[in-house]
Amino acid sequence: MTAATEVAVRPRRRIAKAASPWQVARRTGFFALLAIFVIVSLFPFYWIVITSLKTPLEISAGTTSLLPGHITFSNYIDDFTQQDFIRPLLNSVLVAGCTMIVTVLLGALAGYALSRTSIRGKAMFFGFLLVANFFPVIAMVGPLFIVYRRLGLLDTYPGLIIADLIYTLPLATFLMSSYFSQIPRSLEEAAMVDGSTRLQTLRKIIVPVAMPGVFTTAILAFMLTWNDFLLALSFMTNPARYTAPVAIVSLGQSQYQTFYNLIDAAVVIISVPIALLVLFAQRRIVSGLTAGSFR
Amino acid sequence: MTASPQSVAPAGPPSGARPGTGRPQSLLARERRFGYLLIAPLIIVLLLITAYPLGYNIWNSFHHVDYLLPPLGSFAGLSNYSKLFTDHEFLPALVHTLGFTAVSVTVETVIGLSLALALNKPFRGRGIVRAAIFIPWAVPTVVSAELWRTMFDPQQGFVNFILTKLHLPLASTTWLDSTWTAWAAILIADAWRNTPFVAIVLLAGLQVIPSDIYEAARIDGANAWQQFRRLTLPLLKPALMVALIFRTLQSFLIFDVVYIMTGGGPGTSTNVLAYLNYHAFFYLFDYGYGGAVSVALVVVALVIATAYRRVFRTDEVMA
Repeated sequence: MTAATEVAVRPRRRIAKAASPWQVARRTGFFALLAIFVIVSLFPFYWIVITSLKTPLEISAGTTSLLPGHITFSNYIDDFTQQDFIRPLLNSVLVAGCTMIVTVLLGALAGYALSRTSIRGKAMFFGFLLVANFFPVIAMVGPLFIVYRRLGLLDTYPGLIIADLIYTLPLATFLMSSYFSQIPRSLEEAAMVDGSTRLQTLRKIIVPVAMPGVFTTAILAFMLTWNDFLLALSFMTNPARYTAPVAIVSLGQSQYQTFYNLIDAAVVIISVPIALLVLFAQRRIVSGLTAGSFR
Repeated sequence: MTASPQSVAPAGPPSGARPGTGRPQSLLARERRFGYLLIAPLIIVLLLITAYPLGYNIWNSFHHVDYLLPPLGSFAGLSNYSKLFTDHEFLPALVHTLGFTAVSVTVETVIGLSLALALNKPFRGRGIVRAAIFIPWAVPTVVSAELWRTMFDPQQGFVNFILTKLHLPLASTTWLDSTWTAWAAILIADAWRNTPFVAIVLLAGLQVIPSDIYEAARIDGANAWQQFRRLTLPLLKPALMVALIFRTLQSFLIFDVVYIMTGGGPGTSTNVLAYLNYHAFFYLFDYGYGGAVSVALVVVALVIATAYRRVFRTDEVMA
């Protein structure tokens, strides 16, 4: 057996050796290109991390080195104590969490209707979802501001959550409907024959099988809402209700100087959960995103 | 659209009342009603946050709704729309937005394509490299904007630091204070965050191309460039269209990065349509003029959505 593999491998090795200068150059070029991509992607993060570890004195002195000087965590402590950054952080978690739950719920129901029931006008519904997915968020902001002020929804969580659904609902519905349509019909029919109602079937049979779809939708919904800036900027006028992205922009600004140490500490704080999410759920996020955009 | 559940409802009870004769039909009607019931909340919410603001914007755009200049609500005819072409704000912002869209989408597509081609090759540690490259896309736009604001800052920034160290020109540039360098900074911040998106979509497109067609092409003597031109590009077209259309729309509506990095400045030289629109609502309090800008943006978005649909219809025919 070893002899057989020897024979099979040997000629290929010989070819590789013969072509080696060209191939080595190509491989080197390929990895150099990859290295450049990785450095360009990650170096800015390194830079904000070291900026966030500088003392105010070092900030005033300007950059003198590629390496951090006196490492201090005082900016992080300042952000959480003096700047009260914990509050916007909690606001963001609350808003993104609630939007995620509402999105999964509405998206699952509608996705089920679009893939498993014989409602009329499915093409029209999908067309509307597509248009909603492309709807410019800035065009919502003016009228909703007036209406929210009238209804007392400004500076409230429900107000922002409802508006945030524009980011998540169309994608969630596309995703859920494509997950539901992969589930074999026979499974559902068997449950119906056993006498469970439509809603029971949905809860007991379909939802467990569609759980991966639910997870993907939930992760994407959380990310998309966590990223929102424009809607929170428009509808949260009271600093106590700012979400983290809005709070960062008003953080560390004085009349004379921008305190990048404070800003960048907060930037690091809100990037870490997302970076972890990407590292652990990369495949899920990417598959959800591409499935959603190919609809 | 909200009327459709109700319009079906009356058809349900009569057929349901005679279970003996119309059984299959009544089952179908009940099933339909159930389906409409499930989809209704979604449609209602989406209409409330899209169609309603659009209608409101259209109404505002034909009326005087300037909160600094009451009375509100008198008919304005087309004056809000004609203001778009006479106020020396809208047209420059339109030109900026179109120029930015063209440049950013081109840059991101070219780099994103080469990234996707590189990541499509198997090599050790590909998963980690892929994650590293995708992280910029996942972080909030506020992060990319603040991060590049730091990078370009004359005091704290990496850019001027390295230019000084290497004795290169532009080392004392205050990047965000003059038109072209501010645009360069905005473009870099935008491309840094969004190129990974293009790469993700193109990579997904590359991965569904069967590898045996390349085998066949190689046997026929096609070189690498010919394989790319004749096989990869045509087969990648659907994914390429998805990336292009999504990025075109998002670039056209760019707001966060401009708001944070330049505030449309210096002067109004990096003003873009979304920023102009925000400014009209929250600084000028002119909801008539702002409404007209919003309506214009919705029209553009609808055109892009239609293009997207058309592309996919032709693809279905091909497949």
